[in-house]
Amino acid sequence: MLELIAKVFGRESASADIAKERLRLVLVHDRTNVSPQFLEALKEELIAVISRYMEIEEESMDVTLQSGEHQVALVANIPIRRMKRAAVGSGR
Amino acid sequence: MGQVIVVTSGKGGVGKTTTAANLGTALAQLGNKVCLVDADIGLRNLDVVMGLENRIVFDLIDVVEGHASLKRALIKDKRIDTLYLLAAAQTREKRDVSPRQMQELCEALAREFDYVLVDCPAGIEDGFKNAIAGAQKAIIVANPEVSSVRDADRVIGLWDANRGDDKHPAMLIVNRVRPKMVARGDMLEIDDMLEMLAIDLLGVVPEDESIIVSTNRGEPVVYHPESKAGKAFHNIARRLMGEQVPIMPLEADDSLWSKFKRIVGLGRN
Repeated sequence: MLELIAKVFGRESASADIAKERLRLVLVHDRTNVSPQFLEALKEELIAVISRYMEIEEESMDVTLQSGEHQVALVANIPIRRMKRAAVGSGR
Repeated sequence: MGQVIVVTSGKGGVGKTTTAANLGTALAQLGNKVCLVDADIGLRNLDVVMGLENRIVFDLIDVVEGHASLKRALIKDKRIDTLYLLAAAQTREKRDVSPRQMQELCEALAREFDYVLVDCPAGIEDGFKNAIAGAQKAIIVANPEVSSVRDADRVIGLWDANRGDDKHPAMLIVNRVRPKMVARGDMLEIDDMLEMLAIDLLGVVPEDESIIVSTNRGEPVVYHPESKAGKAFHNIARRLMGEQVPIMPLEADDSLWSKFKRIVGLGRN
């Protein structure tokens, strides 16, 4: 009954919203799938930035995109060899 | 030097050919010299939409292979003498033309015409690559539905990678919008599509039965400016010419009931 009332007053979860949400996710997937160079380029830049602060094991570094039902996550596993002295405590 | 504009979409059946025919006709009505090029080799269709199917002698392949001069292959429109069509070959394949040849063809046409509109085949393979090869601008046609917007996104990506920059923009036409469904919340909103695709809006064309009637007759709907779609295509043509024409507001449901719902704040606006 509540559902019926909701429908009459246009409060039912509108299909346009569903379409929008599905589309948003699909586009995230598609755009990251477009080029295989994408992750490689991202990895390179990550290494450059992180190396300013710490020494990392580049060989065993793993950067992937993981797709869940409601979002896509960037998952990076970056083993640290040691911290650089300048980065510890001093803030800058 | 005229400009070459490709009409493309990725997905089939969203209204590329109808858009090309109507924009070409409207631009010619507005005083421009226009050439329509059907790049859908093997699946020729622009000729029937224009009502010129009985007049074709030579086609695009005849021109690139040198069997006919451009002048002989161009078909003059029935009604407007500044409007021409270069038909697609019906019995050949997409790869019988190369992007290089298409580029040369478009350059030659741009010397003679103010606007060259290239009707692109569906898909993103050889036919698409050929169709965009000589174009300076891209019109992306999309319907307000998930599959069409997704394909549009792919095509915009390919355009940007191949040709696109500030001087070679891609512009969106949202075709077959049903205002009542939008008002009801059952159709993707234009603003949401623009945000997701990150592209400029060239126009919005409402779903209109007169498109089917006009295609039946082989005369573009812009001959009926009283029709909603005809008016929308006219506005788009004027925008292409650089005029500032506001986007027509979608006429949603004007019933008392919907007004009541809006006032009470229960309906979706």
